[in-house]
Amino acid sequence: MATESTTDFTLDTAAALAAAEDEGAIEGKSPWYLAWRRLRRNYVALAFLFVFVAIVVLCLCAPLYAHHVAHTGPNTGHLGETFTRDGQQVPIVSKGGFQNGQFHAGGIPVGPQLWHAGGKYVLGADNQGRDVAVRLLYGGLNSLAIGIGSAVICTFFAMVFALLAGYYGGKTDWIISRFFDLIWAFPVLLLAIALGTALSINGFHHFGINIKSGSLWIPTLVISYVLIPYIGRPLRGQILSLREKEFIEAANSQGASSLRVMFSELLPNIASSILVFFTLIIANNILTEAGLSFLGAGVQPPSPSWGTMIADGQDRIATAPWLAIIPGIMIVLTVLSLNVFGDGLRDALDPRAKVRMEH
Amino acid sequence: MAERLIEVKGLKVQFATEDGIVRAVDGVDFELSRGQVLGIVGESGSGKSVTAMTLLGLTRDRNTRFEGEVLYKGRNVLGMNEGELQEVRGNEMSMIFQDPMTSLNPVYSVGAQICEAIQIHERADKSTARRRAVDLLKQVGIPNADSRVDNYPHEFSGGMRQRAMIAMALACNPDVLIADEPTTALDVTIQAQIIELIDRLKDEFNSAVILITHDLGVVAEIADEIIVMYAGRVVERAQTRDLFYDPQMPYTWGLLGSIPRLDRPKQERLHSIKGTPPSLIRSPTGCKFRPRCPHAFDKCMEEPPLENRVETPGHLDRCWLSVAEKRQLRERTLSGEEAA
Amino acid sequence: MISFVIRRLIGALLVLIAVSFITYLIFVKIPGGDPAFRIAGRTATAQNIEDIRQKLKLDAPFYEQYWAMMKSLFSGSLVSYSSQLNVVDQIKAGIPATFSLCIGAAIIWLFFGILVGIISAVTAGRWSDRVITVMALIGISLPVFWLGLMARYLFAQGHPFAFMPDGGYVPFTSNPWGWFTHLLMPWWVLAILFIGFYGRVLRSNILDTINEDYVRTAKAKGLPYKRVMVKHVLRNSLIPIVTLFGLDFAAVIGGSAILTETVFDLKGVGWYAAQAVQDLDLPPIMGVTIYATFFIVLFSVVVDLMYAWLDPRIRPT
Repeated sequence: MATESTTDFTLDTAAALAAAEDEGAIEGKSPWYLAWRRLRRNYVALAFLFVFVAIVVLCLCAPLYAHHVAHTGPNTGHLGETFTRDGQQVPIVSKGGFQNGQFHAGGIPVGPQLWHAGGKYVLGADNQGRDVAVRLLYGGLNSLAIGIGSAVICTFFAMVFALLAGYYGGKTDWIISRFFDLIWAFPVLLLAIALGTALSINGFHHFGINIKSGSLWIPTLVISYVLIPYIGRPLRGQILSLREKEFIEAANSQGASSLRVMFSELLPNIASSILVFFTLIIANNILTEAGLSFLGAGVQPPSPSWGTMIADGQDRIATAPWLAIIPGIMIVLTVLSLNVFGDGLRDALDPRAKVRMEH
Repeated sequence: MAERLIEVKGLKVQFATEDGIVRAVDGVDFELSRGQVLGIVGESGSGKSVTAMTLLGLTRDRNTRFEGEVLYKGRNVLGMNEGELQEVRGNEMSMIFQDPMTSLNPVYSVGAQICEAIQIHERADKSTARRRAVDLLKQVGIPNADSRVDNYPHEFSGGMRQRAMIAMALACNPDVLIADEPTTALDVTIQAQIIELIDRLKDEFNSAVILITHDLGVVAEIADEIIVMYAGRVVERAQTRDLFYDPQMPYTWGLLGSIPRLDRPKQERLHSIKGTPPSLIRSPTGCKFRPRCPHAFDKCMEEPPLENRVETPGHLDRCWLSVAEKRQLRERTLSGEEAA
Repeated sequence: MISFVIRRLIGALLVLIAVSFITYLIFVKIPGGDPAFRIAGRTATAQNIEDIRQKLKLDAPFYEQYWAMMKSLFSGSLVSYSSQLNVVDQIKAGIPATFSLCIGAAIIWLFFGILVGIISAVTAGRWSDRVITVMALIGISLPVFWLGLMARYLFAQGHPFAFMPDGGYVPFTSNPWGWFTHLLMPWWVLAILFIGFYGRVLRSNILDTINEDYVRTAKAKGLPYKRVMVKHVLRNSLIPIVTLFGLDFAAVIGGSAILTETVFDLKGVGWYAAQAVQDLDLPPIMGVTIYATFFIVLFSVVVDLMYAWLDPRIRPT
């Protein structure tokens, strides 16, 4: 308010530039620099960015871990086998029956061994004798790939649709807006389930695109499709209001091509919103993927993902609680780190917080 | 002599921001008596709006610091608690803001918003308040006030909204009316009507008016005294007539030069003040206007005090140039010879 | 006003038609392979598949197919070929559980969401605001099904407490207290995400509104702080929340509570859809999808009317 640098007077640009060298002048700082300065001071946001990056790196190391530490693959079952702990042979999945005169229920996998079994079953085994730690990392890889992949696709299409609708207006805007409305009319999860289930039976074979059932592309594309309006709508609104601004009129009147106006005038102005949406939508997509997979409409067994691992664990929660607890904690950590960082990013880019996800 | 209503002594207002401390108001003094109209003129960021809002305690915040005194009928507004302030606001001092589009709540009818103040301050019942609201709308010149009272702000035009704002401000018959750029957001044709309305109502309600604007042309008609503010301080203060006929600060010449005038055929283009207003965080040493002043000389590295330098008593300014020099330079500046 | 309502209703009808057509595309056209085979489910016989092809006219042009499908859906003759149960009857059977869950959860999330948002905005920057912000961020980061699982594990299965009943739905008419205790955990689990979300939205709405010029006007009028906050700040900040609430409520009624229902074994509409996903049984999913969009479209009309009532700027005159 009091720091405004505008004048009410007609101003010579040259004079302004000359005055800018003077001691009393207000220095200009680019909005990106200011945002970076604010973000740099937000230690919480940076710490959570670090957590997210650490999770990604950890999951990327899944093959190394499987090969060098756990010595087993994510889908390899070890039913009826044993492993060595402190010199003793321990069954990976307990056999039922009487032992030493006491009855034991069968089929219970071993719990987390941490480092007592030389890197095997660090986080325990599941009911098929698979190493939970290995599945957790591979599952994380799948969950992150779907989350980030669908965020990229979704943000890209939302951006293109929003630019077209906002720039051309009229009929184009009408058609794109109705397209958004139609997706909006379905509950997200149910639409994703319907698509996911229908596609998981025979896959998708149209327009020269062939996706087999069970492919990770199915949940990725389903999630990106159902979430397009969630980004597309607010972006379209922003572009519509930008279109009224003088600099767009100036560009138009100078005869700039429509592509040029869209990409070098409009896009940079919504870039900060896109960045924030992108961060938050990854978090949202990871949650959606987990829900879909939990219900059986996302990642198909035996491929692991955090959602399917929780689904596998839910019936054994009384006897083997780690099966459901551990992947859940991973989801919460990942999603929370993205949400906190996205929040910080939004505050940094736009202190008045106009970028908001429509829910 | 008319009753002294407001006395501002050495007022300073500072905001703590992430870039540093903003000295928005840096030593302002003035007095206001009943029936008087005081104009406060300056560019955006000169501290005029902050001064006005501070009179009503609207700038209070965790990050704001005040120095000096704002006396309303001898009571210091800066020292009042919230309850005392609420008694003063709207009742004894009220305010009109720049943008009538955003200054009225879109979800309540105009009448309801006028009644609110009446009901709070005068403990009036609903129907009495409503009758008062209709009367007030009539007084500010809204046609069909009886039915218009139930309209929502978006159903009013800009000029009508500002009239409604004025009606709201006058609802409790305040002693002081503060108008912060009341005409800036309006069409030129409406501007004169609004100023005229304020002038007329001031007499009807027997109030004093503080009129804040960046446009000297607006205050010329109705102000008795004018204060020119720059970078948070008063740089010139004079009776309206003296300020227009014998302005002392080169900054004031700039303000005068930027008003189009038909009686000066030699002036081919509008005069403009070079440069931008100074940062209020790290303001220039010496005279604050020095970096933009075409007549600055070495003495200006030291800040001149606000004092009486011309023959007329009560005409104060902050400029080291001698009165004779100034009159000569001013003639050239305002006739357009140096306007470049 | 009446013409506004009528226009909105016609628009809603058109959306429903478009949505039903998309549903048809999703189940019949988009996936690869033989639709009759897909719709028949896992336990299909050759006779089943042939029946479906006849009934849904899958050899006819697409508009006849679409028409046949809609007819079977709306005449209530759509059956699941896996379980031989009528889809419409099953959805109807699930409605009491779904409504009980959603209405209860909605009351909780609206009340606490608004409360949390107000506290957080009024104390912005202080420790209570920070604690609420952290809690809200954790709340929106929790997968609802995992939260439900953990709630059951901790409070219903004896690790460490077991004072809550473990899953299932008790009809209100047979045992009101049982109905209440069985729903208590699901209500909170479903509400937590929304509390976090609404609290954050309201907080930023309030902080935006506080800076509005009309709030300054209200203060300058000499209104007491409470009145400024309630009548000017809160009243205006709540308008977007109403829209949000209408659409979210429609979504959970329409099956977005599917995860909560599944985890707590509440045999509602969402649970029914989830069972169908397990069996790759398409007709129930088709039915639930149409049912869900019906609620969303209906509630979007209601929201529009509410919005017009709350915000005079868009009220039709």
